[in-house]
Amino acid sequence: MGSLTLGLPSKGRLMEATIEWFGARGITIRRSGAGREYAAHAEGIDGLDIVMLSAGEIPRELDRGRIHLGVTGEDLIREKIAGWEHRVKIATAMGFGHADLVVAVPAWWVDVETMADLDEACAQFRARHGTALRIGTKYHALTRDFFRRKGVADYRIVDSQGATEAGPKNQSFEAIVDITSSGETLTANHLRVLSDGMILQSQASLCLSLAADWGAEAVRARDSLGTKLGLALG
Amino acid sequence: MTPATRLGPDLAALDRALAALARLFDDAGYEAVSPPHLFPADLMLDLYGEDIRARAFLFPGGGGDEVCLRPDFTVPVVLAHGERGWDRPARYAYQGPVFRRQASGSRRPVEYFQAGIEYLGAADPAEAEAEVLTLTLRGLELLGVAPLRLTTGDLGIVFGLLNALDMPVGRRARLRRHLWRPARFHALVAAAVAGPTEVTARRARLIAAVGAPDPLAQIERLAAGEGEILGLRDIEDIAERAAALAEAAAEPPMPAEQAELIEAVLGVNGPAEGALARLRGLTANAGIGLDRELDAFERRLEALARHGISGSELAFDADFGRNLEYYDGFVFEVSGPDPSLPLAGGGRYDSMTTRLGAGTSVPAIGAMIRPEAALAMRGGR
Repeated sequence: MGSLTLGLPSKGRLMEATIEWFGARGITIRRSGAGREYAAHAEGIDGLDIVMLSAGEIPRELDRGRIHLGVTGEDLIREKIAGWEHRVKIATAMGFGHADLVVAVPAWWVDVETMADLDEACAQFRARHGTALRIGTKYHALTRDFFRRKGVADYRIVDSQGATEAGPKNQSFEAIVDITSSGETLTANHLRVLSDGMILQSQASLCLSLAADWGAEAVRARDSLGTKLGLALG
Repeated sequence: MTPATRLGPDLAALDRALAALARLFDDAGYEAVSPPHLFPADLMLDLYGEDIRARAFLFPGGGGDEVCLRPDFTVPVVLAHGERGWDRPARYAYQGPVFRRQASGSRRPVEYFQAGIEYLGAADPAEAEAEVLTLTLRGLELLGVAPLRLTTGDLGIVFGLLNALDMPVGRRARLRRHLWRPARFHALVAAAVAGPTEVTARRARLIAAVGAPDPLAQIERLAAGEGEILGLRDIEDIAERAAALAEAAAEPPMPAEQAELIEAVLGVNGPAEGALARLRGLTANAGIGLDRELDAFERRLEALARHGISGSELAFDADFGRNLEYYDGFVFEVSGPDPSLPLAGGGRYDSMTTRLGAGTSVPAIGAMIRPEAALAMRGGR
């Protein structure tokens, strides 16, 4: 049993890129058993425990201090942890898992190019349709925060956990907040990103839990990991 | 901050404070009312927008509809009044816990008691305002705290100024809509003074289409060129907004003196009597008729004087209340040593009654005291 726990994404491209990233820095991560078990161990460093978790669960585990370190998207950190700056420290961006969180509207809305336009369109939508304009997203907190900063007030969030780009066409909601890497899906669904609608340029990040138990041994293991990675993990 | 269980001497003190306030309000003719803790979330979302989710607890009720755990009493009390009929004056007193979502690490409580009053349909607004403020101060006195700081404001003055100033209709609507968002409001004023800015090619084409023969067909052609026409927002919505954009693009810049007057009025700050004189001077110099609002201010000061509150001592800040959603006239707040944790506050919210179903705006003013904050201050905590 090591003294420092590192949570890593348990599947897909994000897991592979994470393992490569540590490998390139002299830490070999091997999955135990037949690859189905969510267990792994690290070679090349002492006192480090690896736990494989769904990327979406890593923010919560960091927030609760059940893992010392974790790899997940910055978007998930900011979305899922209320007051994240007080709970987690982003030690480094890792250069993969790029995703932009953006506000997109139907491309044919030729009158809406900026968030200020969207705000006016919201007021007009309320006046003409009698209800609030709806934004489909799974990023509720980030949307609320960004819309408030941009002075957009009269809208409603509709939860959309998948295929969000299709929502406007299905009339489930009028506009969306979603992640995009190339923008192709948005274009294919006849959507356009607002010119000041970039909420966050996210990528996979190595994060420290501020809530975890940082005893002397954990700090020692953290510092030796930091040296190996060439990062200040304090 | 999660509240602690109330027990022992603290609970006894809170009970005594609530009983004293109930008696005070009852003696003044306020009818006790006890609305439910939960009410439909839709109402709150319609009033405050999505931001309410960051400040109140909304969650699924039975049957798919969301419910809201009351963040204050005003909305439920006014709704209860509406159900009895809007067209008669009424005074209500309430007390009980309210629930607020707080940012992580905030010192503000998630659950706390409010004891307050709402006065609807009063014939004499100045007298009603003086009565509500006086009762609030007397309530704090009963709880044994000398309020350290009373601040007042009047959002009616800024609304009145926007109505009185000569400006394009669209600009006035934009400024009115963003009055409660000071940063956006000031940016709008600055942009109006700066005048038209360079527009994107898309915007230029759209504005040109508005002036063309058969603008609807022109706009539809432009729109269809950008993507499939989909969704609930329709071509008429876009044409209407295009017309508004064309109008805004043709708006003359706001004269610098007009912007200066708006900022000067918002900057008026000091003892109420002097503030009133300054506002009279500012508007007279600019030739702006703001008599209705300033006369109301004067009548309020007269009414307050009858209740023993001197206008030469009362603090007034024209900018105060712009972060307090739904107030649209007289506003006030009493704070102790920590200004972020007010002891009491209130104000006029006539226009909210329209949105809550009155059909037309009903005179409405209310105030609430936070007995626990007052007791903590008295106890020196």
